[in-house]
Amino acid sequence: MSGRAVAAPGARHAPSALELERRAFRKRQGYRSVAVSLVSTLVFVGVVVLVLRATPGWPRVADAFFDPEAAWRSLPRVLEGLWLNVRVLLVASVGVVLMALLVASVRTLRGPVFFPLRALAAGYTDLFRGIPLIIVLYLVGFGIPGLRFFPRMDAAVWGTIALVLVYGAYVAEVFRAGIEAVHPSQRLAARGLGLSHGQTMRRVVLPQALRKVTPALMNDFVALQKDVGLISVLGAVDAVRAAQIETSRYYDFTPYVVAGLLFVLLALPMIRLTDWYSARVRAREQMGSVV
Amino acid sequence: MSEPVLRMSGVWCAFGDHEVLRGIDLEVHRHEVVALIGASGSGKSTLLRTANLLEHIDDGQIFLTGEDVSDPRVDGDAVRARIGTVFQSYNLFPHLSVLDNVTLAARVVHKRPRAEAEARGRELLASIGLAAKADAYPDTLSGGQQQRVAIVRAIATDPELLLLDEITSALDPELVGEVLDLVRSLKAGGATILMATHEMAFARDVADRVVFLDAGRVLEQGSPAEILVAPREPRTREFLARVLTH
Ligand SMILES: Nc1ncnc2c1ncn2[C@@H]1O[C@H](COP(=O)(O)OP(=O)(O)OP(=O)(O)O)[C@@H](O)[C@H]1O
Ligand SMILES: [Mg+2]
Repeated sequence: MSGRAVAAPGARHAPSALELERRAFRKRQGYRSVAVSLVSTLVFVGVVVLVLRATPGWPRVADAFFDPEAAWRSLPRVLEGLWLNVRVLLVASVGVVLMALLVASVRTLRGPVFFPLRALAAGYTDLFRGIPLIIVLYLVGFGIPGLRFFPRMDAAVWGTIALVLVYGAYVAEVFRAGIEAVHPSQRLAARGLGLSHGQTMRRVVLPQALRKVTPALMNDFVALQKDVGLISVLGAVDAVRAAQIETSRYYDFTPYVVAGLLFVLLALPMIRLTDWYSARVRAREQMGSVV
Repeated sequence: MSEPVLRMSGVWCAFGDHEVLRGIDLEVHRHEVVALIGASGSGKSTLLRTANLLEHIDDGQIFLTGEDVSDPRVDGDAVRARIGTVFQSYNLFPHLSVLDNVTLAARVVHKRPRAEAEARGRELLASIGLAAKADAYPDTLSGGQQQRVAIVRAIATDPELLLLDEITSALDPELVGEVLDLVRSLKAGGATILMATHEMAFARDVADRVVFLDAGRVLEQGSPAEILVAPREPRTREFLARVLTH
């Protein structure tokens, strides 16, 4: 190979003509794949739209679900409802993480003394991962207030508690899977340094476990984000309930579509963040190699 | 002289601002064993990774038996299928039995029938005295056994070139011997090997040529006697003085 520039020590290496040509080729390849995916996406969307418009019931569906006027009219109420969803979401997320950490830690305790605690934690995760969320909502939201033992509380509060119970069970299992995915030699190394079980968990195991399960956790968070809409079955006036009220008032389903779109908008940042984070973790673990 | 199996010409590789390889020119000929020596961080592992296209390069060319494999049009998987690689930390697949580890590439990449691949796999395991471990899982093997399985896995598909990256540095001293003996027998069988090593005695013993890498460049190369006994470059002398006193 001729014409290779050899940089003086300290100076940046100036790429050779061959390398520049290879870079240009890779760039062209990049443009080409972007163009291909762009065109195929457009074709796909075009086909879907054409097929939809060709269906016999399209005009009536368009009127009942995609009425711009109804959408605008219902927007303030639905938005107001969504604010309740957001608040429930924030409180529930914190509750879920605390609950899950507690349960996962209890499940990793060793020794016969802790058997009842471990069994309780295992029973909890089995139970609440098994029952449909809507049934938990009914049982907690209508059953517990019916005991007349607790002071009267808003339906949204009971809804939040139900969400924490169900999602806590799922997330606890995610944590546990992460804890078990940390190689046993790490635990041995930490105990070998004289750290206690608790210190080993806190300083060595949990930090690695969390890193491993963060994408799965973010995914559960996105699921929670839309399931907060289910508290409407308890009568809490959230976005879904508000849409229902608007719908029955004008005999038009558009408010539901509005609520659905708002939920998607709410979830989008988190979904993107999840993608970005997974890509970053992958980049770091691959040590810069190209495969 | 015939076309070298591996030829690197002016290879550069940088991570951000850190230029790790700074114009590497290197040839490995058929049936030749080349030992790559140099201080920690001098770029030995990086050089081996660029040679089988596991690492990007920022300039230069890499030829495998005359074919320019650094051309972006070249299919890297097909290139790597022709090269065997053994890493410092074995990297056996823990979810596969020893035999499945050895036969994986033959079955999945080279599409050989399972019976044929396994017959060859068992033969290779027998040649290193591990026939009885064929159905065991890697975690139940000693470090030396795992590393020998890793080497056998790399040669199971008869690669044109074998890249070995400090294959003994994670091993107990008493296990080093069995792994080095295996490399000796590969050399006797006519293998073409490029290996990074810290074992100077071993390099002197089996290598046809020793290459001293310093700060991302080939500073000096020659026969083991020339490089390890009477190096010309002061940097090489300095390095050898440091490693040989240990
Ligand atoms: N993926 C990467 N990202 C950033 N820097 C890297 C990367 N891989 C290697 N390096 C840097 O490149 C340099 C050479 O690393 P390399 O592993 O090739 O050294 P080595 O000669 O094999 O050393 P050793 O004898 O310790 O194995 C080091 O300074 C290292 O920090
Ligand atoms: Mg190395």
